[in-house]
Amino acid sequence: MGWALCGIALALLCISIVWIIGLVVVRGIAALRPSLFTTVTQGTGGGLLNAIEGTAVLAAGTLLLVVPFGLSAGIYVAEFPSSHWAKIIRFLADVLVGLPSIVLGYFGYVTMVEGLGWQFSVAAASITLAIISLPYVARATEVALAEVPQELREAAYAMGAGAGTVTFQICMRVALPAVITGVLLALAISVGETAPLLYTAGWSNYAWSGQLTHSPIGYLTYVIWAFINEPFSSAHALAYAAAFLVTTFVLLISIASRLILIRRRR
Amino acid sequence: MAVLGGSVPASVAAVVVFLLLYAWPAIRLNGFGFLVRNTWDLGSLYAQPIRHGGVMILPGAQYGILFLIVGTLLTTAIAMAIAVPIGIGAATFLAEMLPPGPRLWLSFLVEMLAAIPSVVFGLWGYAVLIPFLGQYVFPVMSQLLGWIPWLGEPTGSGYGLLTAGLVLSLMIVPLITAILRDAIATQPMEVREAAAALGATRFETIWTVILPGLRPVLIGACILAMGRALGETMAVLMVSGNALNVLPVSIYAPVSTMAAFIVSQLDSALQDPTGLAVRALAEVALALCFIAIIVNTAARILLAGTAVAGRLRR
Repeated sequence: MGWALCGIALALLCISIVWIIGLVVVRGIAALRPSLFTTVTQGTGGGLLNAIEGTAVLAAGTLLLVVPFGLSAGIYVAEFPSSHWAKIIRFLADVLVGLPSIVLGYFGYVTMVEGLGWQFSVAAASITLAIISLPYVARATEVALAEVPQELREAAYAMGAGAGTVTFQICMRVALPAVITGVLLALAISVGETAPLLYTAGWSNYAWSGQLTHSPIGYLTYVIWAFINEPFSSAHALAYAAAFLVTTFVLLISIASRLILIRRRR
Repeated sequence: MAVLGGSVPASVAAVVVFLLLYAWPAIRLNGFGFLVRNTWDLGSLYAQPIRHGGVMILPGAQYGILFLIVGTLLTTAIAMAIAVPIGIGAATFLAEMLPPGPRLWLSFLVEMLAAIPSVVFGLWGYAVLIPFLGQYVFPVMSQLLGWIPWLGEPTGSGYGLLTAGLVLSLMIVPLITAILRDAIATQPMEVREAAAALGATRFETIWTVILPGLRPVLIGACILAMGRALGETMAVLMVSGNALNVLPVSIYAPVSTMAAFIVSQLDSALQDPTGLAVRALAEVALALCFIAIIVNTAARILLAGTAVAGRLRR
């Protein structure tokens, strides 16, 4: 009886997962057309070129910002674990993970979109996304370095290597796959987030102008949210196509990081 | 390293400080009534702004978010009521009943649920769950269970408290399942052997020995999941019905949450020439921020020192 209930719980969970992914795959593939990738959005129809390009630009901007800061934070915390500054960083990284993304989006709106007068822009959106994903990259880096065997460090020191060489050339090389999973998570966040972008990136029907500020930009998750509420079937098709692209990409990233970690364990 | 690593504390400090500074005029005007009043009203948009309590406001402007607090707490409570038993059941089955091969695949499937973006959950809720619940499930439910307060007619269109709670529960259940499954797996074999030697069946072992020993882990995981549910935005926005200034009268009634409200109200808040509405929204964001910090800190304190603390930091 007890096991049956537990089995039913797991079955319910699996059915929901298959239901959600099934919906996105079936309706998404039905909506895919080659022209989606070559034309921009027009009203509630057209293609997704601007949104795909915008998502790529925002993801690139996010990674560019989050990788140096996130890696630094993670390396510092892993190498000086008992220093006060490391404890503060670790605790506040946990706090930052827990902050709802809409709060960070509103912060981006208040400080950059309004305060600095950048308006809806690539810069405001990328910085906001970088702050959201910062603790994930820092944490992945810290855990990756902490899992490097102590003997390896001792061996390197015994060979006469300096602290810098040990950390950056020896430990980082061993820890790299796990660090990459953290960066992949940041990529998944920057592609899958919606709420903070509504407040920082805005939306644009046109391809990216190349400006970092004062120019809104399109992105795929906006299409899902805004176009499914429109009464036209062309808009619904775009929403499902966008959902298919985003979900496929995010799930592939999730599978890739899983494979990297499994391979590393062996 | 130390300087670049400072980006983490700097980000948290900047978020709290700038939201506080920006929301300050609204905080001064609203006082504590902000949390207990039930009216969000921008005032008369075409009237001349007047000076009130040291800030310029529109005549009749009033900002109270009681209905948002109630909506946030109720959707989260429903989500937890569904997610906790399902999470415990699924984790137990995964950890104890399955051979290693299927266990790996099914665990992976459950964790895929955690990777799906919020807006895709919203899409599913909007396109599939709402018509399904609104047309078939809710009417039957109200017929069968209508004698229980809150569960009777009218059932509405499917947008509302119960739907939002259901979608939220799916979003948080992978977290509970994953933490608990790992915790069960780390329990020493000797405990199981001791229980078996006393004549306990396998289910009795897990139910009366292993799970009670993991209570702090379970509570910590639940609080972490709760923090996530409190701040979820897009999925709730798309299925909750976005009620304004009313408290729900039944489990099917439309609601709104603090996070969803921040998104749904920006356009209208920008219409306010005094800018006070946007500052009041910042006050909502600030309140959400403090709730999130309190909830997460509590979870970390409970989980510190347990076997899953290491996993959580992954």
